[in-house]
Amino acid sequence: MSKEVKYKELIKVLPHDDILQQCMHCGMCLAVCPTYDLTKMERSSPRGRIAMIKSVARGEMEMSRTFADEMNFCLDCQACETACPAGVKYGQMVETARVVVDETEYVSKFNTFLKRFLLRRFVASRFGLKFVSRLLWLYQKSGLQKFVRSTGVLNIISKKLNDAEKLSPKIADRFSDSLIPEMIFPKREVKKKVAFHYGCLMNTMFADINLDTIEILKECGCLIITPKDQVCCGSLSGHNGDMDFALRQARKNIDAFEKHEYEYLISNSAGCGAFMKDYAHLLKDDPEYSEKAKIFSSKVKDITEYIAEQKPELQFELNKNLGKVTYHDACHLAHAQKVVNQPREIIKKLAGDNYTELEEANWCCGSAGIYNVVRYEDSLKQLERKMNNIKNTHAKIVLTGNPGCMGQIKHGAEKFNVDVEVLHPVTFIKRMIKSKT
Amino acid sequence: MDQQTSDKLRLIVGKENYFDSQEDKLVYSYDGTPVYRHLPEAVVFPNDDEQISQILKLANQEKFNVVPRGSGTGLSGGAIPTDNSVVIVMTKWNKILEIDPNNLTATVQPGVVTGILQKEVEKIGLFYPPDPGSMNVCTIGGNVANNAGGLRGLKYGVTKNYVLGVEMILPNGELLKTGGKNMKDVAGYNLRDFIVGSEGTLGVITKVLLKLIPKPTQTITLLIFFDKIIDAGKTVSDIISSHIVPSMMEFLDNTTINCVEDYTHIGLPRKSEAILLIEIDGRGSIVQEDAETIRKIAVKNNASALKGAADEAEANILKTARRSAFSALARRMPTTILEDATVPRSELPVMIEKVSKAAKMFDVTFGNFGHAGDGNLHPTCLTDERDIKGLDNAHRAFDFIFNEAIKLGGTITGEHGTGLAKKHFLEQVAGPAGVDMMKKIKIAVDHNNILNPGKIFTISPKCEGSMPTKREQIKDFNV
Repeated sequence: MSKEVKYKELIKVLPHDDILQQCMHCGMCLAVCPTYDLTKMERSSPRGRIAMIKSVARGEMEMSRTFADEMNFCLDCQACETACPAGVKYGQMVETARVVVDETEYVSKFNTFLKRFLLRRFVASRFGLKFVSRLLWLYQKSGLQKFVRSTGVLNIISKKLNDAEKLSPKIADRFSDSLIPEMIFPKREVKKKVAFHYGCLMNTMFADINLDTIEILKECGCLIITPKDQVCCGSLSGHNGDMDFALRQARKNIDAFEKHEYEYLISNSAGCGAFMKDYAHLLKDDPEYSEKAKIFSSKVKDITEYIAEQKPELQFELNKNLGKVTYHDACHLAHAQKVVNQPREIIKKLAGDNYTELEEANWCCGSAGIYNVVRYEDSLKQLERKMNNIKNTHAKIVLTGNPGCMGQIKHGAEKFNVDVEVLHPVTFIKRMIKSKT
Repeated sequence: MDQQTSDKLRLIVGKENYFDSQEDKLVYSYDGTPVYRHLPEAVVFPNDDEQISQILKLANQEKFNVVPRGSGTGLSGGAIPTDNSVVIVMTKWNKILEIDPNNLTATVQPGVVTGILQKEVEKIGLFYPPDPGSMNVCTIGGNVANNAGGLRGLKYGVTKNYVLGVEMILPNGELLKTGGKNMKDVAGYNLRDFIVGSEGTLGVITKVLLKLIPKPTQTITLLIFFDKIIDAGKTVSDIISSHIVPSMMEFLDNTTINCVEDYTHIGLPRKSEAILLIEIDGRGSIVQEDAETIRKIAVKNNASALKGAADEAEANILKTARRSAFSALARRMPTTILEDATVPRSELPVMIEKVSKAAKMFDVTFGNFGHAGDGNLHPTCLTDERDIKGLDNAHRAFDFIFNEAIKLGGTITGEHGTGLAKKHFLEQVAGPAGVDMMKKIKIAVDHNNILNPGKIFTISPKCEGSMPTKREQIKDFNV
């Protein structure tokens, strides 16, 4: 295939003109875009990026390094989708554009390879991730981490590696999937039948959160089905230009859960929940899976969404010495899933007057999937802003519903010296709940 | 533009502030105005007054055009580049320089976002009322250049009522300072008010001194629903003639209601033919009394339902919903051409009828909303810019609407500016003598017509050199 033909084939992947045309360039998105806020340049804004994608898709402009850079500079936080009155699906546009630029010479082949290798081999493969996690766990427990950090030896080898090391989350002593049986009954009568997707980061790095989620669902009177053959939702791959792989994961999950009977599919990770809710759209042209995906996606609920809607009879113990509690909106919960009030409702009930609203609560913390690993410096600017806002609340506890955000904010607390505990809302609920034994 | 000129520009602003990649030209080829776009030759982010001055001097020497720009949310094409132009972007000039609580003023750089300034002054009990729909994005510089209005214009006026002073670089590179913190000042011509609304054709604004007022202590926000559009019109007239001045009185028609509801999900009744969003503010019990009178007027005019905002948060949700109207209409069709024909308030019900008539006559769909209280409507044509026939119909419908507005004693634009989109209608409103005076002033200030040329009006080329003998020899001039 000649270079020209190949290029034409490549840009066909970009969204159809009708979809791109939906942006009427009013500029309402500029106010909420974290990257535009940094540069104050139109090319780093959603409106600018859509104009560029449209121009490339129409063949009026050729792709370039600037184009590729701007697509990858975007955090994909989708705050612009919340702000867009016209309902433009910006996230999908930028994600397909990333698929395209990854094929060009403007993104280093090594980077693309690394992204795919990491996401396919480790994150998305349970065994791979467990293996890496175990190594990381050993590294942390053996005292090697202390040694490395105190000597700064990594910084001599590679700055990027050193930055990544700081972000490495603390690994739980045990993984949750081995502890959660395929079917769990509540302590009392069965009120609802739900399924549970345990995620990959949640399963390995934040296993306790998964166990807390199960405990709370039990308290809610749920019969919980956790299929053993479920897989990673595919979101990290999908957001980073590897849609083929992501769709394969989607089909596997649909197959795994289809075998069971359940009303809701509970997720406690905002990124996974958002992506699974999106299966219906992603597989709409797949003759075999389009219908199944629609049903699957319609059942997905974030754990806070589920609790706020079902209003289970949970008894709480009010703790007067709680200290101030605040809440950070995970982008994939607030902007992608539009779950904003539900977690606040629950937290306010538990924390009472101790709840303080966080300034710019729905501004991205910079975690953004693997953004904080591949673009550490850029992500740090967002994190600093977030940590300043958290500091100003004087909160002792900050709650957030996504493993990525939790890791990022924990890193921020250390880096910017903010004395705050970072918890998932379910852990907080678990702490406050008075179990009816 | 030749290499030499671009090198000189690069030297002035520094290479890190000079951009001429295809991407950067593309993303500054548009603003908020539908359909219009034109690529600039380069884009620059100057750091100080001196750099702007040098750029303008160079423009006069090398004969290129300069187009100043803020966030690019304008709706009349004021920031669209012209032929052979360099865009000066002012978004990085975003510092609030001073808030003076003793004189109730704020001094700001032109790139300060209107909504951010409002939040800052409200923290100390002060108030900056002009609130264009894009207030969370648009900049003070752009607001001053276009004399922007907003929802609260009815009671509080528009941007010009709050500008005390302006600093700007004139087209010849000189710095002009006009106005100051004095509440009264009649020394010489009132240049300040002349600059407000000049749409970037007379200078590049570099500093603005704004008047602030005390923040009202009490606010009541009401939402009134109507089954018939005409009843909403009558309610507006009755409220005005009963000598109540609400801080805002906004109108939304059925199409707009549905699009806004699709975006916000706040439970607007989809079947209502019209909604009025009314806010009354002030101090003490008068606010309550006015609200009660408005309630009675609405009931008398067959309002189907009436709802009050429970708290400030709910009121904000309602106002934000209204501000999203223009963009929300794009849910229906990809191109939304929004105009702002304005008529004397008493003629509002007639004007609403005329818009419906235009829709039927030219077979186009309109979403209609706007500032009912000040007669400033925003009939928005829903079309697709790729559909040539549809676009043509839209333009003919607007011709009709503009002509009708003028017949009613109205104007072609209430708050968006003339820019490119409405310059062909200017003479009908301003008169030949008016436009002639504007052109003379422009040329007196901008000898070579280098600053945002072709906006508001077109200046005909000067007769120079030999007469062209063939059609091909005639060049377009600032179309």
